[in-house]
Amino acid sequence: MEEGVPIRVLGRVSGSEPGLGGIGARIGGSEPHVPVTRGRRVGGGGGSDAGPAAVQCREGSEAGCRMLRTALPLLLSLPLAGAGATNEPTQESVPLGEPPPGLALFRWQWHEVEAPYLVALWILVASLAKIVFHLSRKVTSLVPESCLLILLGLVLGGIVLAVAKKAEYQLEPGTFFLFLLPPIVLDSGYFMPSRLFFDNLGAILTYAVVGTLWNAFTTGVALWGLQQAGFVAPRVQAGLLDFLLFGSLISAVDPVAVLAVFEEVHVNETLFIIVFGESLLNDAVTVVLYKVCNSFVEMGSANVQATDYLKGVASLFVVSLGGAAVGLVFAFLLALTTRFTKRVRIIEPLLVFLLAYAAYLTAEMASLSAILAVTMCGLGCKKYVEANISHKSRTAVKYTMKTLASCAETVIFMLLGISAVDSSKWAWDSGLVLGTLFFILFFRALGVVLQTWVLNQFRLVPLDKIDQVVMSYGGLRGAVAFALVILLDRTKVPAKDYFVATTIVVVFFTVIVQGLTIKPLVKWLRVKRSDHHKPTLNQELHEHTFDHILAAVEDVVGHHGYHYWRDRWEQFDKKYLSQLLMRRSAYRIRDQIWDVYYRLNIRDAISFVDQGGHVLSSTGLGLPSMPSRNSVAETSVTNLLRESGSGACLDLQVIDTVRSGRDREDAVMHHLLCGGLYKPRRRYKASCGRHFISEDAQERQDKEVFQQNMKRRLESFKSTKHNICLTKSKPRPRKTGHKKDGVANPEATNGKPRDLGFQDTAAVILTVESEEEEESDSSETEKEDDEGIIFVARATSEVLQEGKTSGSLEVCPSPRIIPPSPTCAEKELPWKSGQGDLAVYVSSETTKIVPVEMQKGWNQSISSLESLASPPCTQPPTLTRLPPHPLGVEETQVPLDMSSDPRSSFAFPPSLAKAGRSRSESSADIAQQQELQPLMGHKDQTHLSPGTANSHWCIQFNRGGRL
Amino acid sequence: MGSCSSHVARIPDVDQILRETGFSQASLLRLYHRFQALDREEKGYLSRLDLQRIGALAVNPLGDRIIDSFFPNGSQRVDFAGFARVLAHFRPVDEEDATIRDPKQPEPLNSRMNKLRFAFQLYDLDRDGKISRNEMLQVLRLMVGVQVTDEQLESITDRTVQEADEDGDGAVSFMEFTKSLEKMNIEQKMSIRILK
Repeated sequence: MEEGVPIRVLGRVSGSEPGLGGIGARIGGSEPHVPVTRGRRVGGGGGSDAGPAAVQCREGSEAGCRMLRTALPLLLSLPLAGAGATNEPTQESVPLGEPPPGLALFRWQWHEVEAPYLVALWILVASLAKIVFHLSRKVTSLVPESCLLILLGLVLGGIVLAVAKKAEYQLEPGTFFLFLLPPIVLDSGYFMPSRLFFDNLGAILTYAVVGTLWNAFTTGVALWGLQQAGFVAPRVQAGLLDFLLFGSLISAVDPVAVLAVFEEVHVNETLFIIVFGESLLNDAVTVVLYKVCNSFVEMGSANVQATDYLKGVASLFVVSLGGAAVGLVFAFLLALTTRFTKRVRIIEPLLVFLLAYAAYLTAEMASLSAILAVTMCGLGCKKYVEANISHKSRTAVKYTMKTLASCAETVIFMLLGISAVDSSKWAWDSGLVLGTLFFILFFRALGVVLQTWVLNQFRLVPLDKIDQVVMSYGGLRGAVAFALVILLDRTKVPAKDYFVATTIVVVFFTVIVQGLTIKPLVKWLRVKRSDHHKPTLNQELHEHTFDHILAAVEDVVGHHGYHYWRDRWEQFDKKYLSQLLMRRSAYRIRDQIWDVYYRLNIRDAISFVDQGGHVLSSTGLGLPSMPSRNSVAETSVTNLLRESGSGACLDLQVIDTVRSGRDREDAVMHHLLCGGLYKPRRRYKASCGRHFISEDAQERQDKEVFQQNMKRRLESFKSTKHNICLTKSKPRPRKTGHKKDGVANPEATNGKPRDLGFQDTAAVILTVESEEEEESDSSETEKEDDEGIIFVARATSEVLQEGKTSGSLEVCPSPRIIPPSPTCAEKELPWKSGQGDLAVYVSSETTKIVPVEMQKGWNQSISSLESLASPPCTQPPTLTRLPPHPLGVEETQVPLDMSSDPRSSFAFPPSLAKAGRSRSESSADIAQQQELQPLMGHKDQTHLSPGTANSHWCIQFNRGGRL
Repeated sequence: MGSCSSHVARIPDVDQILRETGFSQASLLRLYHRFQALDREEKGYLSRLDLQRIGALAVNPLGDRIIDSFFPNGSQRVDFAGFARVLAHFRPVDEEDATIRDPKQPEPLNSRMNKLRFAFQLYDLDRDGKISRNEMLQVLRLMVGVQVTDEQLESITDRTVQEADEDGDGAVSFMEFTKSLEKMNIEQKMSIRILK
């Protein structure tokens, strides 16, 4: 952008027409009183804004002249038309004519906010456009977003051009490199699957270095040859060096474009990481090549000496290794810093961004490869940073990073489109354009094939032909090339305009044509798609085993290969780096297997909670400790939870209060209300204390999660211990869950019948069905497993799971939580026998998830639990009120009740218990119950039906709390 | 190739070994050299001690178990054939293996199942065909390191076993083991390229 060119958009709207004044924009001509008070150049501020455009706002005497009017029309591009054009010439003079301002009642200070305002508006427009695109699934599934954005940019650019007679808001290299690129690179570096990346590092480096060099030279030379052959018009004054320069900037695969397209294509991970890793790492090569060629061109080919070539080669190492080193240094600093943020959690995310950005700028300052620096920084720091910062900060970092990156990406593509409109900058030469297009495709393919052939000699898993096709075809060019070509100095490179035009065409072609077709191509070639599955503990453990085995075998074989070095590195990391960079508490529990375990638990718990468990959760923990709770200090986990928890938290003590006879009726009401009332627990949380993210919140969350986890554990534990879960019945709980929905729903729908009494028969029937379904559906369900929470495969847990899985009945999980109250069901539960075990079990569990701080409280509560456990029926009294439920029902609940079980005096007939457990029949009931529970937590407490259902015991509980 | 094969010929039972393991001659030769290097006293077999001398194995948490796997059935020595047989588990799977294999022939040592079996027997110390909770716990203790407390470790163990355990016997059978890994590309993860 030329700074010197002010654009004015006159959004003068006739009085009545507000924001969309587009139409009214005509103004310029029609409005009599159109003094252009200020002609302001916008974006002067260092060109950092997206568009340095001058928007002129006339301050009419009337307030009518609003910034909004001026800005909006501009952005929307509709209205500006006539007005802008007409006023331009007068712009400079107008300000002078402004009447001396008296004491203004109302002052319009557009120019003071102009620059940032425009930036914000541009981003807003881009975001809105994104929203619009995604309104239609069809469109976005066919057309990559990047294409749409470029096209949108073209349209907007055309409008701006038409209005202003001047292209504005173009993609400026400065803006691009300093502001738009870093977030994208950071995002990709930080979230890069490091294991995968290093597994394929060899291939990535080859493609990035050799491939880029190859592309640059062959393309450059071939174009030069084309010119020599006379296919390029003589107007294009360029020598071999110029073409090499051009080749170097046009040859690099662009990370932004690749990311934008490949993220939607979902090719298999290896392929993705290779293409994407290449696009990131080739930056160093591109930068070096570009700089070297550029300086050669500026020196003139005659003055280039042999040493210069050597220097060029040397600078490749300096730039790449230097960039990587800078990144690693900052990664180290970042990790080290986050180690000490315990007291100021709030700035943790900020630190991540600041230091990463600092790495970028530092590398840029030293003219090293900034992209490489940020990539390495993100890659290097992640492990330690994630371990150090709080859970919330992690989420914050993740979302902020994603938001920034997506924002930058959006703006880049849009600006690319807009920039292409500016015909003053480019000059067309068909020979050059077509030649370039052909050569980059051809040489890319050729290069990939050659390199792959070599690489495959060394690869365990060779890249097959299809992979090569995708890799060749996925070589998208993008904004980096465009920014580089804009940076060329026209005086030194006379053919710049031609190069710009060619680059634009190439970028557009690769992003639009290739972007559009790559998806069908991938489908057509049946490229292995990525199958995302969440890791299971077993996989994680065994994977580690395999790594160790391979490392050992390499030792035995005496070959120090990849596994050997990886093993070395891990030991080094464990011994020194982690010790140094992780805070002690984090380090203590930091282990990959542990981590997976932890995450699985969290995931379980969260989904659990999300599905309505919040009421339960709060109460759940309490259950065990309830009776003895008074004795337990206020510090007990339950107390903390309750206090901090959502409104749903009931006072456990209250539970004991008697239920009235009306309870039943209430329960019915309750059922009616369930649908409307249910609220996910999360919302509560959010409302609780958003502005202040204290450790408190974190703690609370941890606790809750922990509690839930505990519950689950208990259940599973019990089931295992007691063998309750018939060995065969449980097999694939998750899977079944899926189908169960269907089964469960019918029952759930009519809650009343259930309440009255769950008929055993019904339950049985259900069970049968579910089992059948299980088998048939197993394949289906598996997929679900991946995404979902993985529950322990215990009979009890199964039931719960099923409930969860079922979309409609998501509530199921809650049942477990429900624990507290001593519903009759609990008593009946078979689990009671396991009480003793329970306590033990709990204790072991606590350690896992709970933050150290929490453990104390936890232990206390546990101890209380244990005490409870020993006396089987301590709590029962309260529970007893409820009439015993039909067996079937109870069974279903069993899993839920686990916590309470210990005390319950009832013993189910084993056979019954088994049956219930074995199948999901119970699941349906559970689901219902669950649904209810949430409601109850909030409003329904009054409605509790005491005797109605075992399922409702939870309700009662809640209610008690309220009372 | 001439010198190579002449070397290969020196290996006892070379044809038999080649057939059984599927190694290329070059790989086998390479292994043989390694074998000889490990066999310092030139006694013609390796003892546990020989393998334990490999420095890096000492720090490998599974090192001992892997060494043990070279000495099946409590024997104290392993000859080259046995040595090669164990390592053959880690030969990459060729496409030919998968396609042209004669169904009647025993599965090659580097088949997916055999790779898994190798891993499985590292867990299954008592060779009863099941990874009991206790065995799992031991492995986890080796792998997880000291930072995790015993209690945590036990809960991880519980979960791990439960996750894989389908028949509810509180232990992981080989079938369950394979099932828990069915999504993993074992052929790739349990292969070493140089062992073609």
